[in-house]
Amino acid sequence: MNAIEQAMQYWYPIGMLGDLQRSETRKTRLLGMDIELKTEQSGLISVFHQKKPWNTKSAYGHIWTSPSKMPKPLFDVPEAGDHERRFVPCGSVRVRCSPLRAVENFLDVAHFPFVHTDILGAEPHTEVEPYSVNIDETKDEVIATKVKFYQPQAAKSASDGIVTDYVYRVPSPMNALLYKTCPNRDDVQDVIAIFVQPLDEETCDVWPWMALYDDQSTMAEMIEFQQLIFLQDRSVLENQIPIKLPLDPKMEIPTRADLTSVAYRRWLKKHGAIYGAMVSSTDDAWVAAQ
Amino acid sequence: MNFTLYDYAMSGNCYKIRLFASILDVEYERIAVEFYPAAEHKSYKMLQLSRAGTLPILKSGDMILSETSAMLFWMAQKFDSFENWWPAKRGADLNALILQWMDFSSQLSKTVGRARLNALFQTPVDLDKAIEGARRALRQIESHLTEQSFDDKKFLVSDKPTIADIACFPYVALSPDVGANLGLEHDGYPAIQSWLYSIKSLDGFIPMPGIYPMHDLKADETDFAGNRPATGKVG
Ligand SMILES: [Fe+2]
Repeated sequence: MNAIEQAMQYWYPIGMLGDLQRSETRKTRLLGMDIELKTEQSGLISVFHQKKPWNTKSAYGHIWTSPSKMPKPLFDVPEAGDHERRFVPCGSVRVRCSPLRAVENFLDVAHFPFVHTDILGAEPHTEVEPYSVNIDETKDEVIATKVKFYQPQAAKSASDGIVTDYVYRVPSPMNALLYKTCPNRDDVQDVIAIFVQPLDEETCDVWPWMALYDDQSTMAEMIEFQQLIFLQDRSVLENQIPIKLPLDPKMEIPTRADLTSVAYRRWLKKHGAIYGAMVSSTDDAWVAAQ
Repeated sequence: MNFTLYDYAMSGNCYKIRLFASILDVEYERIAVEFYPAAEHKSYKMLQLSRAGTLPILKSGDMILSETSAMLFWMAQKFDSFENWWPAKRGADLNALILQWMDFSSQLSKTVGRARLNALFQTPVDLDKAIEGARRALRQIESHLTEQSFDDKKFLVSDKPTIADIACFPYVALSPDVGANLGLEHDGYPAIQSWLYSIKSLDGFIPMPGIYPMHDLKADETDFAGNRPATGKVG
């Protein structure tokens, strides 16, 4: 199975449910293929590539599609059924980077004080305490637990700095979720996800989505907070070289490489999930970047 | 409160007002408006407030302003008792030049600003035209700032910053957000780079996504891929 065939087995987000207009056709791209997202007058949604229909489904505030006739099941987010939470889809932001780089950045804690200064991190609190990373064999997901980090403003609703606990989940190569301390309640965790739509190997639309316990902030405030964080990441992502994610251990520069990132890269390699990745250190783009 | 600002954190135009308020140390009430994805600024409720259907909106008592140049002028008149930012007493020439660069700032919004919105959120725009216009605007500001430097002037119209600098700063600083290899990065513009540096060094400077503070300039800082973070780039 080659990179694109492997990638075609999954579901991908291509639109936001609340954003679609009736009797409207939108053009977008997935895995290098032009597709049309069509909403009938009746509200029925369908996706076409070269006039052939693809599977679609709606979940977690978004429309998902897959080029495969028999896609792998979409991962489960049990919190999406918890109606005490507020569900916050944030639209998409286009980034000129590999879809895998977008996920890897989402998993990295060490960048918080430098990229999200005074929000998700602050100097001198730059140390990442040891935490654990496993592969959940039944669900086949990368899981990082016991991640702790000091955050001046962990969420829109946070009024003070707190030590935030994080759990990270990577249920499929281009989707990741985190569960973090809810600033208002200590018995529950907020959920933040990024769903990545790979336009091609070097461009993606990132659809952040949140399921929060927050009865104070307006929708506009919660969305703005998440967009602000993600635009800070975008500045970093667009400047990473090479654009694709290197998977060969020889290509990894040990500084600040964190455990989750290493586990994620290995897991991708094991699955042959190399759409958006560079596999060999003899790869032209890698050599050129040196 | 001195005024209310209907604001969107990712907007360069809104940032002009936040930045100037911070420099002048003026408190205000901030209301977040969901510019994207909901286009709340075009909602019935917001159009009731300002027919322009744009952000930011500044409200003070019964006065509603929708143009940032007018807001900056109003703020300078109202809160800058030393008349540094709108130096009315320094003569007609200087004031006319300030107005000229305030006008120029709207070209930056129409070119850099629109191309950037397209790059981030796919907002429809004639992209080639916007990028070409953005390049032209950057070249114009670069050659002007170069001439200014011959007269030992670090800013657009004077040796001190004025509201013209605040008006032009955001979209010049944000031009790399439009994308790589489009001629909109700051590498080829040394005069722009030092002007951005001068503005970032002002007391009260605040960042926005895409515009990062000076103290993040750490040459030895690298991320796990061995790259310097974008925050380390001037501008
Ligand atoms: Fe980040």
